[in-house]
Amino acid sequence: MSPSTAAAPLLQVRNLRVEFPTRRGTLVAVDDVSFDVAPGEVLGVVGESGAGKSLTGAAIIGLLEPPGRIAGGQVILEGQRIDDLPYEQMRKIRGARIGAIFQDPLTSLNPLYSVGRQLVETIQTHLPLSAFDARARAVGLLKEVGIPGAETRVDHYPHQFSGGMRQRVVIALALCANPRLIIADEPTTALDVSIQAQIIALLKGLCREHGTAVVLVTHDMGVIAETADRVAVMYAGRLAEIGPVRDVVKNARHPYTRGLMGSIPSIGGHAERLTQIDGAMPRLTAIPSGCAFNPRCPQAGVRCSIERPDLMRAGPSRAACWLYDSAGVGAPAAREAARG
Amino acid sequence: MADAVTTTSGPLVRLKGLKRYFDVSPPLLARVIERKPRAIVQAVDGIDIEIARGETFSLVGESGCGKSTVARLVVGLYGPTEGSVEFDGMDMQERRSAAEMSVIRRRMQMIFQDPFASLNPRWRVFDIIAEPIRAFGLANSTDEIRDRVNELLAQVRLTAADGSKYPHEFSGGQRQRISIARALASKPEFLVCDEPTSALDVSVQAQILNLMMDLQREFGLTYLFISHNLAVVYHISTRVGVMYLGRLVEVADTQSLFRRPRHPYTRMLLDTIPDLEMTGRQRAPVAGEVPSPINPPSGCAFHPRCPHANERCKVERPNLSSLDGGSVACHAVEEGRLPMEERTYAAG
Ligand SMILES: Nc1ncnc2c1ncn2[C@@H]1O[C@H](COP(=O)(O)OP(=O)(O)OP(=O)(O)O)[C@@H](O)[C@H]1O
Ligand SMILES: Nc1ncnc2c1ncn2[C@@H]1O[C@H](COP(=O)(O)OP(=O)(O)O)[C@@H](O)[C@H]1O
Ligand code: SF4
Ligand code: SF4
Ligand SMILES: [Mg+2]
Ligand SMILES: [Mg+2]
Repeated sequence: MSPSTAAAPLLQVRNLRVEFPTRRGTLVAVDDVSFDVAPGEVLGVVGESGAGKSLTGAAIIGLLEPPGRIAGGQVILEGQRIDDLPYEQMRKIRGARIGAIFQDPLTSLNPLYSVGRQLVETIQTHLPLSAFDARARAVGLLKEVGIPGAETRVDHYPHQFSGGMRQRVVIALALCANPRLIIADEPTTALDVSIQAQIIALLKGLCREHGTAVVLVTHDMGVIAETADRVAVMYAGRLAEIGPVRDVVKNARHPYTRGLMGSIPSIGGHAERLTQIDGAMPRLTAIPSGCAFNPRCPQAGVRCSIERPDLMRAGPSRAACWLYDSAGVGAPAAREAARG
Repeated sequence: MADAVTTTSGPLVRLKGLKRYFDVSPPLLARVIERKPRAIVQAVDGIDIEIARGETFSLVGESGCGKSTVARLVVGLYGPTEGSVEFDGMDMQERRSAAEMSVIRRRMQMIFQDPFASLNPRWRVFDIIAEPIRAFGLANSTDEIRDRVNELLAQVRLTAADGSKYPHEFSGGQRQRISIARALASKPEFLVCDEPTSALDVSVQAQILNLMMDLQREFGLTYLFISHNLAVVYHISTRVGVMYLGRLVEVADTQSLFRRPRHPYTRMLLDTIPDLEMTGRQRAPVAGEVPSPINPPSGCAFHPRCPHANERCKVERPNLSSLDGGSVACHAVEEGRLPMEERTYAAG
């Protein structure tokens, strides 16, 4: 692998494949997913539940729960391949170079230790600081994430904080060693709307100041629209579309993304009915051949149920859809209407 | 659709001074030994709402403000600590014969957030939907019941074949359709829906919201709809009530509430809506969090977070008073020191 240069992406995900061996055969939960994240960039990853968002995030930070495993592809951080590192080495990278924030702040916090102790431990694991300096940094971080009275709060235990405050602590924990990349999986889903707005603003501000890149996994398009620079849309384990946030939200190319955007209720609109995509995302055990979206796609042609499209250029974005191929989708697909 | 029992001309549902407190004190012994005080959660603390026939009245507010408690009070899962629930002119607290109660209960049904927890996992979908039909004696022969269940399955866009499956064989959205079919089985006029789409993906949410609006039109249903998602509420509601710590702070028709919000808390909630239009509007994240309902702040419960709070707000609780067809509970609005605010939205 060549050494990283300034222009090189911070993170490269190449043909990532995540599998679960089961008694009834192997489930492919993430299939041939590739994308880059530039330094300081926020990449939103959206899709319905089960689309493979969390597994993609977990694979990047090496936290796939067995029997889940990376069955193919590469994860490259600052030019270094990290998907095949031994556990201990990966553990050092986590925290030092990649931080993680999960939906439930309690999964990241130890209920038995004060938040200060947890922060100090993490700081000292990754930075050569004395106990005194580490504590000062911990208090500084708590201040930075907006915990009032950080000097006293540092000695409190997780259960003494509200949900929103706990998530702030988790963000502080993720930022301890100044990582270059943060993987945030549904960081605001468990929080109230008003707190959600606070946390998103915080995350965005901090990452801009520190130049930290973020892979933001969420099913909330509103959060993505406000936070991300680019968006990757996942469907049934694959990327359906990836592009600049404005294009994906306002001018989606993939028929699935268009349906998804249309189904979001908006304030001010007068539409009586919401746009709806009939049917449901397939289960992993029954992914349709060809384009996985073809049974639900209003634009599907005969080619779509036979040949699987890879990402191809579609305006400023890339979409995995034959509509953007010079040969097109072929004759319209004849089939019964998908069940709603 | 339903064979009405008494049909008065007033609102279908009327909540009057409705309160529900929960005692969450430590056990008596602990209180005596450890000198811990009694703790009472004022989950719902005096609410007046009238819901007209055929309308969708929505309740919004942050977690813990008492929305679900109101829902449970309305359908009788909780009894009120004070106040009353009237359904079609009948006070639900009055003593009634079991037969009379059953008639009223048939006319109102509830749909919950978690469609899995509310469906018996060991029953086939057919039996889940048939249960209220049997319980209320709405069909007699096996054939009649089967036809009715199949009709209901079709109404929620499922098939007769789905009846022989178990809940776990369905996705979240399909399970919510099953809950809706079961709720419709007794031919109710009034549905209480507590966050019916909050556990669902947006694309599935769109399917369920469309279905609910279709059913409302078809059967003239009245909804009490609970959600924390303001865009969903905008989409489905006729009128909206905003709750904060067990009380209503503003009630207005949907368009007025979203375009001319009066209460500072309503404005704050509207400010938190993520901006899909990306019009560059800067969201000002609001300070603070919902205080504990065990010791709510004095005066106006919103005062610790309110940018317009003054001394009066800290001591005197504002009452809901009518204003331009809606109602607001805020001293600043009443004193005329809160400027009007027009909000515009990109037409979606
Ligand atoms: N059975 C109960 N015993 C004790 N306290 C309760 C009970 N039910 C509700 N509460 C309390 O009453 C308050 C209101 O709860 P409720 O469930 O009505 O809130 P909500 O507005 O529906 O919130 P969410 O948006 O989280 O569903 C909360 O503080 C809650 O903890
Ligand atoms: N331990 C597991 N065993 C089998 N399948 C799994 C396991 N964990 C996740 N999956 C499947 O992988 C798919 C993607 O999961 P996930 O990444 O968690 O989705 P998302 O985060 O997009 O909701 C889902 O279909 C899920 O059911
Ligand atoms: S490839 Fe065909 S089926 Fe798939 S999204 Fe494009 S048009 Fe639809
Ligand atoms: S009464 Fe006072 S504190 Fe309460 S909302 Fe109005 S201005 Fe704010
Ligand atoms: Mg997930
Ligand atoms: Mg609730």
